[in-house]
Amino acid sequence: MIDLHGYGPRLLEGALVTIELALLSLVLAIVLGLVTASAKMSRSWLAHRIGTLYTTIIRGVPDLVLMMLMFFGGQIGINQFTDWLYTQFAIDIFINVNEFAAGVITIGLIFGAYMGETFRGAFLAVDSGQIEAGRAYGMNHWLVFRRIRFPQMMRHAIPGLSNNWMVLLKTTALVSVIGLSDMVRIATEASKATREPFTFMIIVAAIYLLIASVSEWGFARLQKRYNVGYTEAD
Amino acid sequence: MADTPIPLEVRNITKRFGDTEVLKGLSLEARKGDVITLIGASGSGKSTFLRCMNLLEQPNEGELIVHGEPIIFKQTRHGREPADWKQVVRIRAKLSMVFQSFNLWAHMTLLENVIEAPVHVLGKPKKEAIEHARALLERVGLAAHADYYPAQMSGGQQQRGAIARALAMDPEVMLFDEPTSALDPELVGDVLKVMRDLAEEGRTMIVVTHEMAFARDVSTQVIYLHQGHVEEAGPPDQVLGNPRSERLKQFLAPKH
Repeated sequence: MIDLHGYGPRLLEGALVTIELALLSLVLAIVLGLVTASAKMSRSWLAHRIGTLYTTIIRGVPDLVLMMLMFFGGQIGINQFTDWLYTQFAIDIFINVNEFAAGVITIGLIFGAYMGETFRGAFLAVDSGQIEAGRAYGMNHWLVFRRIRFPQMMRHAIPGLSNNWMVLLKTTALVSVIGLSDMVRIATEASKATREPFTFMIIVAAIYLLIASVSEWGFARLQKRYNVGYTEAD
Repeated sequence: MADTPIPLEVRNITKRFGDTEVLKGLSLEARKGDVITLIGASGSGKSTFLRCMNLLEQPNEGELIVHGEPIIFKQTRHGREPADWKQVVRIRAKLSMVFQSFNLWAHMTLLENVIEAPVHVLGKPKKEAIEHARALLERVGLAAHADYYPAQMSGGQQQRGAIARALAMDPEVMLFDEPTSALDPELVGDVLKVMRDLAEEGRTMIVVTHEMAFARDVSTQVIYLHQGHVEEAGPPDQVLGNPRSERLKQFLAPKH
């Protein structure tokens, strides 16, 4: 049996933090991705430009750099803002950037850009006749989206979505650099204290692999659900 | 009869794609029970004309009056558009369209396709919509196919299913956009049969078609379009039996 030197419970807590972080980031990334895809397909010039700017910046800067920018840069920005509030209006508040929130927002922002591209491609893959039939039968934009475009788009989006999720999951390991007590950080601490890095890192690897395997199974089921009505060939 | 509003009136519709004027002032009046067929070579504008009637295409000029209600337009940066999309949505629900490529929703079963708009657009109770849908599927000969997905059915079955979907809306007017053009020849008959039955029971229909026999036997009025204008129009025996225009004579002549 592997001796965890009493770090077992803390590692589990860390694993929970990792899972929560990943799931909340995923939700944010999906919302941002849908908004970005709509913006990029919009006939409004401004929306299109903003969408493109967002995906270009995010996809062109390393995740680690973005994370530090958001966390440390964000704190400096907020401090300046609260200083300004104090000098202008004598309002004295202190806001501390929470590591967990910073992690969710950064990872959500990063993967929102990738999701945006995935969703855009998937929306464009929906046959226009399907949408036209919805409009011809008196559906408004929202109803067409909810009943036709979204379910048909998901069929095309799931492979990309699943891929993005796997990368997102592994990106959560980066939050340990901003001091969040996720699984990786706790394992690092434990490795230093016990001088048994291999023991702890192999456990971390196994837990990541487990989460990834469960997700693959989940995505396969989801794919099956959205493939209803289509033959293998299409 | 004089008091009931006319199901569909179209006045002087024009439509441009870029610099090309594809519809040059077309009008039409569909009274209750009329079956109007639009014929013409491809590129004559007949499908575009039909698509202007439920505003899948926005006409640049002209008026549309559905069941006595004129559609209100406004000028925008992108050209003329309906002023009130809620009105458009309401009016589209009265004009069911049957498409050349069927366009049954691929992720829903046939029954789900038929009840979709009645439930979500008209707000009909689901149970009632299902009962109605089953009766309609029975009518078009697809009672056994209610739980099939479109991909599991032949083209002819899909198109008859699409007709059931159109009927489920209890439309004022049914618009058919070349309903048999995408079908294998042996499947055309079943679809035309359903359409003949609808005409006989007094449905108001506007049909873009290449099926001259259908136009001759079923329609109350035939409109021959050429390059975006009406070249000849009238009762079928006159237009098809005794055409005056040279172009129409050529169009109707046997091709080989």
